[in-house]
Amino acid sequence: MRHIISVMLENESGALSRVSGLFSARGFNIESLTVAATNDPTLSRMTIVSVGDDNIIEQIVKQLEKLIDVVKVVDLTATEHVERELLLVKIDVNPKTQADIDRQIDQFSGKIVDVSEDTYLVEVAGQSKKINEFLDSLDESRVLEVSRTGVTGVCQRREG
Amino acid sequence: MKLNGAQILVDCLKSEGVKHIFGYPGGAVLHIYDALNVCTVIDHILVRHEQGAVHAADGYARTSGKCGVALVTSGPGLTNAVTGIATAFTDSIPMVVVSGQVPSPVIGSDAFQEVDAVGITRSCVKHNFLVKNADDIAEIVKKAFYIATTGRPGPVLIDITKDATIAEIEYEGYPQTIKMRSYQPEVQVDAEQIKKAIAIIEKAKKPIIYSGGGSVIGNASKALTTLTHNTGFPITQTLMGLGAFPATDKQSLGMLGMHGTYESNMAMHDSDCIIAVGARFDDRITGNLEKFCPYAKIIHIDIDPSTIGKVVGVDVSIIGQVNDVLQALIQSLDTKKLENIDSWWKQINDWRSVDSMAYRTKQGVIKPQTVIEALYEVTKGEAIVTSDVGQHQMWAAQYYPFDKPRRWINSGGLGTMGFGLPAAMGAKLADPDRDVACVTGDGSIQMMLQELSTMLQYHTPVKIININNGYLGMVRQWQEFFYDKRYSMSYMDALPDFVKLAESYGHIGIKVEKESDLKPALIEAFKQKDRTVFIDILTDPTENVFPMIPSGAGHHEMLLAGRDEMASTNDSGLNLV
Ligand SMILES: Cc1ncc(C[n+]2csc(CCOP(=O)(O)OP(=O)(O)O)c2C)c(N)n1
Ligand SMILES: [Mg+2]
Repeated sequence: MRHIISVMLENESGALSRVSGLFSARGFNIESLTVAATNDPTLSRMTIVSVGDDNIIEQIVKQLEKLIDVVKVVDLTATEHVERELLLVKIDVNPKTQADIDRQIDQFSGKIVDVSEDTYLVEVAGQSKKINEFLDSLDESRVLEVSRTGVTGVCQRREG
Repeated sequence: MKLNGAQILVDCLKSEGVKHIFGYPGGAVLHIYDALNVCTVIDHILVRHEQGAVHAADGYARTSGKCGVALVTSGPGLTNAVTGIATAFTDSIPMVVVSGQVPSPVIGSDAFQEVDAVGITRSCVKHNFLVKNADDIAEIVKKAFYIATTGRPGPVLIDITKDATIAEIEYEGYPQTIKMRSYQPEVQVDAEQIKKAIAIIEKAKKPIIYSGGGSVIGNASKALTTLTHNTGFPITQTLMGLGAFPATDKQSLGMLGMHGTYESNMAMHDSDCIIAVGARFDDRITGNLEKFCPYAKIIHIDIDPSTIGKVVGVDVSIIGQVNDVLQALIQSLDTKKLENIDSWWKQINDWRSVDSMAYRTKQGVIKPQTVIEALYEVTKGEAIVTSDVGQHQMWAAQYYPFDKPRRWINSGGLGTMGFGLPAAMGAKLADPDRDVACVTGDGSIQMMLQELSTMLQYHTPVKIININNGYLGMVRQWQEFFYDKRYSMSYMDALPDFVKLAESYGHIGIKVEKESDLKPALIEAFKQKDRTVFIDILTDPTENVFPMIPSGAGHHEMLLAGRDEMASTNDSGLNLV
């Protein structure tokens, strides 16, 4: 099963490689990983999407908790949470396809953030599922470049 | 007080109560060596190879229970130390390793003797630090010792740049206490879990205690003994746990696992209640997981939550210091409520009567098992025994019954050949009045031979028992059993004359070729209280370690000497090591 694991860790050089090193050394898989500082500049939040059965996810959480730089680990999937991902996609447009593409962007609440003679740069935010669907809806041969941030998320309760 | 970083480091180590440092100098640590040179309370042991330094610090830590300390230079100094660090990590040994690093302005420029020490060691330390400022040294040293010695212990590396050791700053003294929001090793034993465990224990008709290295490292020997005696349960111990419960006690079934006793493994297999104490269900213990303990409810006691359920699912887990948990169990347990286990003991005694440790002697050859038995006799079971890795290690574990913890010092987790000799040196420094024997093999001893020189310089007299079978015996055994006797690279020609070699290092060498000379030689060697004696004993070259669970098999599928001369394995077994 897909799990979103949120990790609060000391904002120190090397902390990121401790986490990524743990995943590769123990053969855990990472679908995506995002990291940035939080409102507390001494803390970073890392959001990891991984796939595994319950035993594997339990091991991942415990091994993360064991890292000295890690302050807190939450398996967001086990709680009420919000997840978001940002997509930037460059699309080839011409007068023939433009109307179709405009409609699709609209349908997925996307935003055109840059336009050139024959391309759109489009931004879509939402759950990964929605982003996948948006990409699927496009004509593959018109997709020039894709960049996704990976998932970030927070739990909905007041106390994360 | 104005001090440079090196002087601060040395003051920190002093304040930590460090008495011995094992190390080797080089460019990046010259300032530290300069500061050490005027320090009178810390003895520095100049080893001959950095791996030796770390193993010696490790042997020191295992013997004394204190934190071992090693000091190495940057680049090759650090890389040489890595095997030692990984060895300590796998066996959860408290240790602080200080390494020099190139000056911070040139980090990343492929400077002379630069390696990414923090990167290289990341996966084999409990934690590591890169220190680039003299201001940070004191706090980081404090953290390093705190992390290394608390919770599940382990090695911590402090990599210090040369400029940080040179910079002079105002030093405010070593911090008294340290608090880390991301690391809180103290755990309260959960009373609910104790209750659940007791409920299982009270119903057990075929209980067994399975105790591991955590009982030794966690200083839980007394509590373990009390619990075992109070319950009357049989107990089996892992290679790492030997000595936490006295081997000569009648409740002890001996070691379990790949080369454990028949009674231990059969009892594990048939048990309905396993109390795992500071043990981690290593593959050498469990054999084939699909066949592992099919009838048992498992109670798992460990300080490290990540060991719970890692290999084997358990029914009740109790997180905490083993000693605290055992105390709680002892207190909560009403022994009157326990089931009668007479018939279980009767079954166990039947297994015992198989006498799985029996071995056949042969006229004209010395059996390695006989050597260990003689060593036990001559040292009255009171020596500290370190070992290297191979058949001799298994025979030492099998035929030297340890009655006390911290007497059996071996690289169980990583299986590092070369560990035994430097570890013996560290053990002798930690406990100078006790006899120290290093049981080694003709292959292993050659991996850290150079430390003989250190042992002369620092007067650490140990007795080296070289089980010389002329083979990389453990490799030869596997090739005999599992590769149709295709002996590929397990025979080492051109062994040195170990007697002359010992003599050239200034020690005593004795060669033993006849069994009748064995005991007199050992007696003579141990009489030489202040000399290192190398006893080179020519043993049966083709002897194998029995009993054995071949990889891929279950506990109940053990091979016994005499009964099953030849072992074999299945395809899944061949995939294992
Ligand atoms: C550093 C290292 N390299 C290789 C091995 C693999 N290995 C395990 S036992 C063994 C043979 C050891 O030979 P020896 O020291 O003579 O002991 P014996 O088995 O003959 O008693 C080898 C090569 C190891 N454990 N450690
Ligand atoms: Mg050998």
